[in-house]
Amino acid sequence: MTEASAEPILQVRDLVKHFPVTQGVVFKRTIGHVRAVDGVSFDLHKGETLGVVGESGCGKSTLAQVLMRLEQPTSGTALFEGEDMFAKKGADLRRLRRDMQIVLQDPYTSLNPRKTVGDIVGEPFEIHPEVAPKGERQRKVQELLDIVGLNPEHVHRYPHQFSGGQRQRIGIARALALKPKVIVCDEPVSALDVSIQAQVMNLLGELQSEFGLSYIFIAHDLGVVRHLSDRVGVMYLGKMVETGTEDQIYEHPQHPYTQALLSSVPVPDPTLRDRREMIRLSGDVPSPANPPSGCRFRTRCWKATDLCAEQQPALEIRREGGQVVGDELSTDGNAHPSACHFAEERPHVVA
Amino acid sequence: MTDTGEAQRSIGSAGAAAQATVEAQDKASSTKTEKQRGLWGDAWRDLRRRPLFIVASAIILFLLVMSVFPGLFASTDPNVQILDKARDDPSAEAWFGYDHLGRDIYARVVYGARASIIVGVLSTVLVVLLGSVVGVITGYAGGKTDSFLSRFAEIFLGLPFVLGAIVILSVFNAGVAGTPSSTRIMTQVIVTIGVLAWPICMRIMRSAAIAAKQQDYVKAAKALGASHSRIIFKHVLPNCLAPVMVYATIALGGFIGLEATLSYLGLGLKYPVVSWGMMISVSQQYIVSTPHMLVFPALFLIVTVLAFVMLGDAVRDALDPKQK
Repeated sequence: MTEASAEPILQVRDLVKHFPVTQGVVFKRTIGHVRAVDGVSFDLHKGETLGVVGESGCGKSTLAQVLMRLEQPTSGTALFEGEDMFAKKGADLRRLRRDMQIVLQDPYTSLNPRKTVGDIVGEPFEIHPEVAPKGERQRKVQELLDIVGLNPEHVHRYPHQFSGGQRQRIGIARALALKPKVIVCDEPVSALDVSIQAQVMNLLGELQSEFGLSYIFIAHDLGVVRHLSDRVGVMYLGKMVETGTEDQIYEHPQHPYTQALLSSVPVPDPTLRDRREMIRLSGDVPSPANPPSGCRFRTRCWKATDLCAEQQPALEIRREGGQVVGDELSTDGNAHPSACHFAEERPHVVA
Repeated sequence: MTDTGEAQRSIGSAGAAAQATVEAQDKASSTKTEKQRGLWGDAWRDLRRRPLFIVASAIILFLLVMSVFPGLFASTDPNVQILDKARDDPSAEAWFGYDHLGRDIYARVVYGARASIIVGVLSTVLVVLLGSVVGVITGYAGGKTDSFLSRFAEIFLGLPFVLGAIVILSVFNAGVAGTPSSTRIMTQVIVTIGVLAWPICMRIMRSAAIAAKQQDYVKAAKALGASHSRIIFKHVLPNCLAPVMVYATIALGGFIGLEATLSYLGLGLKYPVVSWGMMISVSQQYIVSTPHMLVFPALFLIVTVLAFVMLGDAVRDALDPKQK
């Protein structure tokens, strides 16, 4: 994985996506909003992987859809190479589509069962004919299949003739076809067997170093995200609760939710398993249509006080008694933003 | 990570070497198929090998020839009445026997093919075209377009068929003196069936389109920047054809029967035009004494419907790559 450069390729600020909840058959009244994504900000640098983790329903996939312009954002901005992504229309939007692609979660539904692999991987060239002249398409499609580790002779086969892992490779080949700069990976391995997951992850890693891709890697599995990510953002109920480098998040988590997530990662070594502290969260994730006041995690947090109900904690570098949280245990710069009034490191949750 | 990657690469290159030899062997045979084949090309190649398709096509071809050139198959006039021979059993002279007015049933069955097949096929085509177009639009667009067009379709769905047909056909023929020409009546019958039956096809198409448009491959196509027409024609429609095809093949037989109902009520085809539906509806009074009046036209109707059902099944299977 390459080092992050100074200029971010994608800058997202206060991204909000609310889905209206309506009532009535003929005259629909809006009675509320599902706050799927509620003020998310992050930077993505060239050649970098940003991991986004969180449990089901926290807004990860909605974030991906909004970034892919499949859903219109309610508010917020996103700059792609310094230009406003959400203002693009027509030809500009088409050009943006060439630069940003998505790999979808389920390889069984993301490929049209009635199209051959050649048609599926070649579709980007048909939509953007300027990328490859007609005579070259077949060769390009076969090249792409070769790059993702499939037999280029199989262009005439249909998706059902491939296994889950192979299908996901077809999906990756389709996303690569237009030589994008950013690929949004929406849980690309969560539908695959564990043994296949590693293959696909390695493929994504190789492609990144080969083509200098930037990834936004969405997953609910912390282990999977760690494997590939340079930086990680933890989401809870539509908000980022903690962001930092892979090391900062996994070795020095500050937010109670991150700590709880990490403590739930299975540990293969039984001796280590006994030494680590388990945090069991009680209760369910509150409804995103009616999130708790103040800190959204307070209903399940063991540290919650009245302050948490009143004041929403901002995602910023936390200070405790004049000292930056994270610097007390080590001096190699573990300070990173977390959205908790009582942020503190708790190293024992990490195995 | 890079180590595993290299390991995979080397395995891959070994495999590629093995494939290269196979490729060389295949080269001669595969040059013709080298061109990108689509779903329809694959379906056609597959269809030609299916016995079901060949048998069904042969029957349909035979029926079509019979309806275009009935004179090739029967030498007697279907409307000549020999009252002496009324309700005579099948014999060497008249293979299918005579009806209650002493007309040769064999000749009538042969001459009746034209009207029955024209009405059946054309009204099915009309219903499927109308229903599919409106169904895809409502299913894909959703929202207000869907509500409006669905309610509009329900107006027709709410009309009882026979009542609706009586109203439409009597209005059409209100100012016409004497017997209208058979082409005119046939067109009217086809249009009436089309107008009254399209909402069923539209509902089937709509639900299939709604299911198809929510699939991830449509999302992926949108992310690639595909236009609406591209998504409809390349992704939604091919995945909606199966249920419509099943409906069409079943409906075809039903429509031939509907034409009979309308003729029986005096609204459909009239003398001198012959149709299987008219023959079947007349035969019901003689079903015990002269069963061959029912058996032969009904047999032809069944074979025709069966042929189209078989054709529809074969085409549907050929268009589904998973069935191969």
